[in-house]
Amino acid sequence: MCVINASSSPPAGAAVHGQATAVELAGITKRFPGVVANHDIHLTVRKGTVHALVGENGAGKSTLMKILYGMQKPDEGTIAIHGEKVSFSSPADAIVRGIGMVHQHFMLADNLTVLENVVLGSEKLYGIGAKARRKIKELSERYGLGVRPDVLVEELGVAARQRVEILKVLYRGATTLILDEPTAVLVPQEVDALFDNLRELKAEGLSVIFISHKLGEVLSVADEITVIRRGTTVGTAVPAETTPRQLAELMVGSELPTPETAESTVTDRPVIAVDKLRLAAPGGKALLDDISFTIHEGEVLGIAGVEGNGQTELVDALIGLRHADSGVIRLADQEITSWATRKRREQGIGYIPEDRHRHGLLLEAPLWENRILGHVTERPNAKGVWLDPKGAQEDTRRIVTEYDVRTPGIDVTAASLSGGNQQKLIVGREMSHKPRFLIAAHPTRGVDVGAQAAIWDHIREARREGLAVLLISADLDELIGLSDTLRVIYDGKLVADADPATITPEELGTAMTGAAEGHLEHEETPETPADASTSAESPEDEAR
Amino acid sequence: MKKFDKERVLLAVAGPVIALAVAFVLSAIVLIASGKNPVEPFALMFEQAGFSDIQVLIVNQASMYYIAALAVAIGFRMNLFNIGVDGQYQLAAMMAAVVGAHANLPAALQVPLLLLTAVFTGAFWSGIAGVLKVTRGVSEVVATIMLNAIATSLIVYMWKPDVFGVKVGNNNTTGEMHESGWIPGIDMGAAGEIYGLVILAVLLGIGYWIVLNRTRFGFDLRASGASESAAAASGVSPKRMVLTAMLLSGAIAGLAGLPILLGDTHTYSLNFPTGIGFLGIGIALLGRNSPVGIAFAALLWAWLDKASPELDFHGYDKEIAVIMQGLIVLSVVVSYEAVREWGLRRQQRRVGAELAAGHVLGANNTTKEVAGR
Repeated sequence: MCVINASSSPPAGAAVHGQATAVELAGITKRFPGVVANHDIHLTVRKGTVHALVGENGAGKSTLMKILYGMQKPDEGTIAIHGEKVSFSSPADAIVRGIGMVHQHFMLADNLTVLENVVLGSEKLYGIGAKARRKIKELSERYGLGVRPDVLVEELGVAARQRVEILKVLYRGATTLILDEPTAVLVPQEVDALFDNLRELKAEGLSVIFISHKLGEVLSVADEITVIRRGTTVGTAVPAETTPRQLAELMVGSELPTPETAESTVTDRPVIAVDKLRLAAPGGKALLDDISFTIHEGEVLGIAGVEGNGQTELVDALIGLRHADSGVIRLADQEITSWATRKRREQGIGYIPEDRHRHGLLLEAPLWENRILGHVTERPNAKGVWLDPKGAQEDTRRIVTEYDVRTPGIDVTAASLSGGNQQKLIVGREMSHKPRFLIAAHPTRGVDVGAQAAIWDHIREARREGLAVLLISADLDELIGLSDTLRVIYDGKLVADADPATITPEELGTAMTGAAEGHLEHEETPETPADASTSAESPEDEAR
Repeated sequence: MKKFDKERVLLAVAGPVIALAVAFVLSAIVLIASGKNPVEPFALMFEQAGFSDIQVLIVNQASMYYIAALAVAIGFRMNLFNIGVDGQYQLAAMMAAVVGAHANLPAALQVPLLLLTAVFTGAFWSGIAGVLKVTRGVSEVVATIMLNAIATSLIVYMWKPDVFGVKVGNNNTTGEMHESGWIPGIDMGAAGEIYGLVILAVLLGIGYWIVLNRTRFGFDLRASGASESAAAASGVSPKRMVLTAMLLSGAIAGLAGLPILLGDTHTYSLNFPTGIGFLGIGIALLGRNSPVGIAFAALLWAWLDKASPELDFHGYDKEIAVIMQGLIVLSVVVSYEAVREWGLRRQQRRVGAELAAGHVLGANNTTKEVAGR
């Protein structure tokens, strides 16, 4: 079965289908001060199709889309829109040509209504009054977006905000939509609803460029797939003739790793016990409420939940960045509720932070100083009150080798490494101090597939040796695959639990919207949720 | 990885060199614009630096600049802007002068007493700003500016004859200090005397480097400056670190006026040098908060100060030196940021290039890495 064209042929391939080309990128090269640049990229998007652009994080997808959206200029190569060569010097030029971008992080003003958000910056098109409202309603109905113009954006859930973003782009006359990782913030049911919307767009003759690294989604929604690896397009594929495995191999040049853990290593010796933890915002609203759980030696407890439901606060409370208003945290047989962060870390709490740039690294410091960060009082970094640079440097070399951190040396700044290598350094650092309890918040976010497998291996290995892990992840496959126990967090409460051996991502997704509580049982006939779009409205997004 | 070390030296030197070159050129333009010879003033000032008596003046002046700049730099290292060094050192010098005039212990006790008086006065004054920041969230910039004004008023108050003041002619002084508190200078013959406390400045510089680079505390302080959030997650208590850094900064600031007080004037009078704390900000900037860099910057500043009066005798305005100091600070800010960004980008590019070439430390997967290209 030959589904993969060589990268030089797509332009010809497009013509065979006999459909007009919406966007054609040819020979795009972008030399960029960084690790990955775009190199000789070819991408052809036909009119009225969903074209997926897949690749690992850091493969160069975002750079390419920034070029297409006019945010960056290519050094070489041409962009053609509807057969016409163009050159963009700003996003405004791209918008005029009908290119619209839905960013991964929404650009909406919470305290304005949907109507106000949509017309903001484009007041000249249809005014700001009745005419604009009519246009919004018309677009919403035509593409099945279900957008209500007069609601405040802050009242909307994540999925609804995303639809507002899409409408915003359509309102400006876009005929080609770029969606940058649109499913990253959605639960599975919301993803299905989004895909329905995309099919509507496609039926109306619009083109969609769908950026993702989730292969399952790509195969279900795309008409055509272009794979990008190490900054260059390595092939195109048609979903009907491709399996996820083939795509994955194309993406990384090797097989996709799976996060499944073999046999249970859970013991009955509790390592960390949290009892009725409560944390309130200054206004009195509970960010965490009645949180209780116990993690034993050799156990991975996975926390599932839509972002912004209390995960960050839970991690902060456990590492000591915030102190709980009430409740008790015990590490083995010691109560640690009032301990400061440093003492907790010294006593064996490892921490892989959610945002490694903000909480895990000193970006402009050399790698060996980053190896000291968080463990400055411990060997081999210090002897008494004195630092031990030699010891730290030696140990950094060991970590770099053992954890396969790709770097030319330990004196380069952390900022010059790619995200995956930064993460491997952090994992190596935390594991080097033999933690009893590891807080792993999104341990493989933004990490390429190879590094992901390595990080999973390290967590599994430590778990065999009796490590207790709290795993927080937005990647449901990772959660289900690595965890021994699953809990669902919703609105600051642990609302449901599940057995990772039997649960499916869809069932977990339902609970993440707050629709299910208690113990989740796997049902043999997985019912499709009756109204995906209503359940999609419910998760509150407090992050913005 | 010697290559990257050389790189770091290059980056460290590039910023100041560019800044100084730009400042010289701009000053020359100012001279041309005012119809003067753009080269001769510099030639005159360079010539001054060759005279041994001027050299002694430069070293003495630089010692005070150096201590003040160290005080500012400690704050800078953790993103605290202690503008209050000026008030702190003046108040500290006055308190030391007052104690020195009233207490009369043997020299072995008197000198430490005076040093400690200055240290604690400086730390107390900056500590007020620190406490305000930690407990009430008051910006240390605002608080220290206010405290400068208060310090000035306090000094005027203490000069009153019924408080600690002694009138000498038209001059306000705090009275002559007892001789046990005087610190003998290093005799340079006809050139004059170098203040004994120049050695203190050198020791402070060495101590500063050791504390910052070789102690856990210094690491925490630098981490707090580099990323407050990462430092907090690593276990640094941000509030305690702010307060400690403020106290340390003030303690060092308190010593800035002592070389001249204990080595020369022996009283705190209207003639006592002011503004050293503000100059220290520019010097710390130019010296990139590094003890060696600050030393060069302090000497440069002192040279501009002490060599410029000669210009008046040759028909130039000595204010050229002040213009130049201002231009240096301006160019420093711009050139350092530019060099920093350039350096980061350059290193990212080099790391990318080295990785692509397969130069990976502990290369397990080198072949895989190269195969992708």
